[in-house]
Amino acid sequence: MKIVALCGVGIGTSAILKVNAERALARLEIEADVTATDVAGVQKVGFDAQVILTSSELVEAIGKTNADVIVIENYFDVDELVAKLETALG
Amino acid sequence: MPLPPLPTDAIAIGVHVADWRGAVSAAGDALERSGSTSHEYTKRMIGVIDEFGAYVVIAPGLALAHARPGPDVHTEGLSVVTLAEPVAFGHPHNDPVSVVLGLAVTSGDEHVLLVAELANVFNDPHVIPALAAASDVDSIRALLGVTAPAEEL
Repeated sequence: MKIVALCGVGIGTSAILKVNAERALARLEIEADVTATDVAGVQKVGFDAQVILTSSELVEAIGKTNADVIVIENYFDVDELVAKLETALG
Repeated sequence: MPLPPLPTDAIAIGVHVADWRGAVSAAGDALERSGSTSHEYTKRMIGVIDEFGAYVVIAPGLALAHARPGPDVHTEGLSVVTLAEPVAFGHPHNDPVSVVLGLAVTSGDEHVLLVAELANVFNDPHVIPALAAASDVDSIRALLGVTAPAEEL
């Protein structure tokens, strides 16, 4: 399974999202690769992703995708990530 | 791996700003003072929000200001700014912002450990309000689990 963590420039915030998404997936005992990327790369990196994690601000920038787009409000709240990933993947 | 030492120059407490641009500028100023970046990087951090919106407000009350690596980043650096009055960045859930972190990295790969440690610190939801209320640099360092650089000890 492939999950993409998206931010505007592909460092910093998307890396935090990736780290905490991996923690959430470990708690859910789901195996997945989480890749951090930027808006410019999301179509290329995300074309085969099941899930794109991002902020509400960036949803429109993703464009067309077959992935489930999950909006995360608090990037540090692993409980929020667990709940939303469980809903999307469960 | 703990976060790297945080110089006093990289910390600003109770800064008065008019808006989010002022808040991001203060985080950029602190990165510049500590020798991590030049002024161009501060302008680029503001440019990221102009281009992509307030997504840098990644948790209630906290903005992580950052831009891509570039020639204006001399060394990897983190700055911490607390605001005297919180300001809105335009985020639908996490406004207003009272703590701004400035992050500068020299390559996309090397910052992963730094960011993982930031995540460890801020996974505790009490840290952001405690930082906002902190009145001295030692309290800020204690909350982040960092030391002062050797030359300041």
